[in-house]
Amino acid sequence: MKLSRMMAGLAAACMVLIGSLAAQAQDKGLENPRSTAFYKALDGKKVVFLPLSMGFDLTEGWAAVMRQQAKRLHYSFEIRDPAWSTDAGTRALQSLITEKPDLIVVHNPDIQSYARLLAQAQAAGIKIVQINLESNTQTDSYVGANWTEIGEQAAQAVVDKCGTGKGVSTKVAIDTGVPTAASDVFQLYGIYDVLNKHPEIQVVSQQATEYNPEKARSIMDTVLQQHPDLCGAIGIWDNQDTGTASAIQQAGKASQVFLVTSGGGNKVGCDNVAKGLFNLYISYNVPLQGEILNAEIARLLLSDATAGSNKTLYFNPLTQITKDNVNQRNCWTLDDLK
Amino acid sequence: MSERTAGSNPPRLGQLVRSQEGIVLSVAVLAFLLFSLLLPGFFTAGNLLALLRSVSILGILALGMALVVIARGIDVSMIATMVVSVSWAFVIAQSGYSLQFALLVGALFAFAAGILIGALIAFGEVPPIFATLAAGSVIYGLGRTFFFTLEMQNVPPGHDWFLLIGQSRIFGVPVTVVTFGVLCLFLHFLLSRTRFGWQTYAMGNNPGASKITGVPYRPMVVALYAASALVAYAAGLILASSTSAINARLFNSTMIYDILLVVVLGGVGLGGGHGKVRNVILGTIFVGILLNGMTIMNIDYTIQNLVKGVVLLLAIVIDSLVNPRDEQTSQQGDL
Repeated sequence: MKLSRMMAGLAAACMVLIGSLAAQAQDKGLENPRSTAFYKALDGKKVVFLPLSMGFDLTEGWAAVMRQQAKRLHYSFEIRDPAWSTDAGTRALQSLITEKPDLIVVHNPDIQSYARLLAQAQAAGIKIVQINLESNTQTDSYVGANWTEIGEQAAQAVVDKCGTGKGVSTKVAIDTGVPTAASDVFQLYGIYDVLNKHPEIQVVSQQATEYNPEKARSIMDTVLQQHPDLCGAIGIWDNQDTGTASAIQQAGKASQVFLVTSGGGNKVGCDNVAKGLFNLYISYNVPLQGEILNAEIARLLLSDATAGSNKTLYFNPLTQITKDNVNQRNCWTLDDLK
Repeated sequence: MSERTAGSNPPRLGQLVRSQEGIVLSVAVLAFLLFSLLLPGFFTAGNLLALLRSVSILGILALGMALVVIARGIDVSMIATMVVSVSWAFVIAQSGYSLQFALLVGALFAFAAGILIGALIAFGEVPPIFATLAAGSVIYGLGRTFFFTLEMQNVPPGHDWFLLIGQSRIFGVPVTVVTFGVLCLFLHFLLSRTRFGWQTYAMGNNPGASKITGVPYRPMVVALYAASALVAYAAGLILASSTSAINARLFNSTMIYDILLVVVLGGVGLGGGHGKVRNVILGTIFVGILLNGMTIMNIDYTIQNLVKGVVLLLAIVIDSLVNPRDEQTSQQGDL
């Protein structure tokens, strides 16, 4: 009896104690030890972005998104702008290896140039994330489009419009950018992977435009003179294909030639879809890539693993933009991101 | 003195064939005949117009360059002036000012840049190649830092009249080609019929002699670079109008070498003092035939560059054989 009363008393005391503790917890909240560790681990880290060049929609977009997170999580974010020069980029990368930032975000001019330096940087303990243009060296992470997939989608769209009996002819032109860039080599593989299954499609022209809209315009002008019954065209980048599109439009063949291009989903590209200049615009969505980049940067900065020990990659989803879905969700302006 | 070297006496056929101009002319005619026979669709009115149109912007820029080269100068800052002044004009227009006002600001910027470069060369006595090379970087850097962030600037919406410059046709001929033609006539008149033109040849022939015989040497140099900057601006407007946008990245491209290719190929000697508008036209058309033919044949990018490089090299070699270096040109220094 005595014992049971004592037990009951004890239990009651416990209840009161737990109750009061719980009440206290409800009042002041609990410290999340992981949150503190998260911010502390990121505070003061150094991240450097090495783009192809600043000053165009893709790199300005990614940089804006990355800068925001850097500000929020208090790590430093710097940009080394080689202004389209592979030489300057190589030098920047070499000096970064001695500077030893915690992480470098690299945008490769082609699949070969930075390959060895990226391996060296990782060996020196710098974590490397590649963005949208891959190098032959796989690093801690790659975030970006799967160019082969873009090529396949573009080629498939053209096959659907220009297969036997579907268009005015089965003639297709391809406008590439710079022959050694990842966007070119992998995309062309994807394009021909599909086209080889459709031998009726004739590629009548495959020319490099060096990303220059005026060159793209004059090439398409010549191709249309040569093949007035051209049915489809695949361009490799929206910035250059404004030229391709204006050649098609000025020849009065906008309803005949089905033009597919790809890009980051900038509003300028979207406007061209709305105007009917681009018939299909495959977007790799720069704001989304920026967010994934941010997640990867945080993940790698938090991780204790040494640079290069764990290699992953993520091909982000692509959006096919046509006249029907040009909208706020799919298109962005730089001011939206800032 | 301009009479003899400018070759205003009709050259005899034998002389012509042996001159660089003659060689390029015959190669151009040969290429033209060959392409016409072998490439179906080359010799059509549509394709020939496309050919002319694709090189006429290059031709316009080459006219400005030729003017400077004849006076024994060189202007490698033309592309920088072109992209920065036009891009800035578009940025101003996009921020709410009228396009007309913005274009005027762009023109003034180009003009000021030309005058400053000219002053640097005329009064600072900096060799033209270094002055313009450095000025090009300065202009481009200024533009990218202060005037615009994005390299690609679209023509501000709602100005269809502006797009007509590069996209419409007069009697079936693209306005771009017409502009090139009009500029050719104007420059021909300027060089062959005015004191300004004769003095330009005199400056190129013998700068020292021209100074002591009363040519206003320094003001002339300033005027020439201002003219080439304005020509660059005009070419930029036509370029922007025909593709609805201007891309500042052209500064990093090989375009300036293409302009030099046209000038040297046509037979305007880099040593200065000779060359006429017809040389620029010849160079422009030859490059046009070459590029158009290679595009139709669908030749690989790397090989196209190889062909262009070899042609430029041959042209320079022929230039130095036909216009051998003498005491005067070697004092000036080779480019």
